[in-house]
Amino acid sequence: MLGYSRPLAILVLISLLCMVLSISIGSAALSPGDTWAVLTGSGTSLQQTLILELRLPRTLSAFATGGLLAVAGALMQVLLRNPLADPYILGLSGGAAVGALLAMLAGVAGALVSGSAFAGAMLATLLVFGLAHGTGSWTPSRLLLTGVVVAAGWGAIITLILAMSPARQLPGMLYWLMGDLSHAGNPAPALVMLALVCALVFPLGRSLNVLARGPLQAAALGVSVRPLEWLIYVLASVLTAAAVSMAGSIGFVGLVVPHMLRLVLGNDQRLILPACALGGGSLLVLADSLARVVIAPEQLPVGVITALLGVPTFLYLLHRSR
Amino acid sequence: MPDLNTEQLIIDIPGRADSTALSLQVGAGETWGVLGPNGVGKTTLLHTLAGLRKPRKGRVKLGTAALASLGRRTIARRLGVVFQDQQDGFPATVLETALVGRHPWLSPWQMETAEDERLARQALETLGVDHLSGRLVNTLSGGERQRVAIATVLAQSPDTWLLDEPTNHLDLHHQVAVLQLLSEQARSGRSVFMCLHDLNLAARWCDHLLLLYPNGEACWGPTETMLIPSALERLYDQKLITVEADGAPVFVPVRG
Repeated sequence: MLGYSRPLAILVLISLLCMVLSISIGSAALSPGDTWAVLTGSGTSLQQTLILELRLPRTLSAFATGGLLAVAGALMQVLLRNPLADPYILGLSGGAAVGALLAMLAGVAGALVSGSAFAGAMLATLLVFGLAHGTGSWTPSRLLLTGVVVAAGWGAIITLILAMSPARQLPGMLYWLMGDLSHAGNPAPALVMLALVCALVFPLGRSLNVLARGPLQAAALGVSVRPLEWLIYVLASVLTAAAVSMAGSIGFVGLVVPHMLRLVLGNDQRLILPACALGGGSLLVLADSLARVVIAPEQLPVGVITALLGVPTFLYLLHRSR
Repeated sequence: MPDLNTEQLIIDIPGRADSTALSLQVGAGETWGVLGPNGVGKTTLLHTLAGLRKPRKGRVKLGTAALASLGRRTIARRLGVVFQDQQDGFPATVLETALVGRHPWLSPWQMETAEDERLARQALETLGVDHLSGRLVNTLSGGERQRVAIATVLAQSPDTWLLDEPTNHLDLHHQVAVLQLLSEQARSGRSVFMCLHDLNLAARWCDHLLLLYPNGEACWGPTETMLIPSALERLYDQKLITVEADGAPVFVPVRG
């Protein structure tokens, strides 16, 4: 029960290694020594610019995005009591994509695209929740079905926007849809959000463990089920919306990282949720490093890499376990 | 002072007319059995008594306080529920499952202490499932799972036990062992209220019975006053033969 510190310490170490790796490699390679020199305040000014203004923010953005997605995925899985749930399952990424694509179509860039994506994601959340709420009682399966159907609706709108968009805008739109970190802005807000949610989740963790056993059982054991479910839903939605507005819809991280960690660490949410923040962050940092070097100087969308890395790893872990 | 009482309680089963209003007083040290045919509302009654469903009319009181006015955590410290079937969304070990029973006793910031783990292990041992403590619950047999569910409530250590078919899936020996455990709980001043399918187990182990008839009528009282063969035949719509064994009546269904 008290063995939380060792797995978390190992994950922190892995995260740091991934970040150092990600900062060191790229179209201009740096030795770990150079990287260390810059991080401790020395190094040439070219190296300083390269690392502090380009690679470090991008690496931190990747870490924050991956962490947010994995934590949101783990929360959704508890909320829906369905291991197939991912942060996008309730149509949130569709709403975000429509918001972002409309902004791109209108010709704006940067922060406005992110803001529009965030607004779209929150709209999608409210829509699904409102519809699933219906006559007053919602069950996980009802929420899930509503989400999947609404997601299909968003999918149609996305296709419509793509079909009507001028050809020169299509590559940018497709990159956004596949998840791309090259336009991620300042990583600080997302990192703060990630740290806050990990701190908040610790006192909630035991209640989440009980909720994972079903709402009736949880209520009988003293959990106020409905407020807790609301809180998880809002929390997971905000986290996902933040991730999506930073980096587009990067698939797979939110679905698979929680599972991988559960296979190895068991299912205590007090351990799994911070572990997801670290594990999801590390996976996306690694994937983004690969995306930058595989066909350098061109870049791949990072979502392609997460899937290509994640699928075999997950299948291997699944095969190895019972 | 009775632990659990109901005032003119009518449970809410959608689409069904009001049944007889129940004014029960389940006192400390008493063991109640609820008997009735399938679908008569035994589980709904149990969930209503646990505060998991709203009654249509009347109210449930825990001690002197109305159940509806108490928080879930306060209720969970005084009242434990064994459900008819256990869901297992995510795999958890037997020990983790029993440890969940300690949840209402811990503050959000608290980790489970060594004492909690001792109580959980002791509960598993009492139910004879301590050798399974490292196993995943979803790999157990139905009977083993049922015993783990009872151990969870034992670790929760409530004053009032509500149980929905606690002998489900259990072999004869474990049925007796579980009922024996519940009798001990009652003897130590707690109260036990359970739905049972087996008339003879109820007749043997319960000191009070509540009969729920399909037409919505209900009657309750000390067991010896409730075991009227004609009433029981009407309850189950089944002819019975009454024989005497070990100084108590045993009811056997007529063949054909």
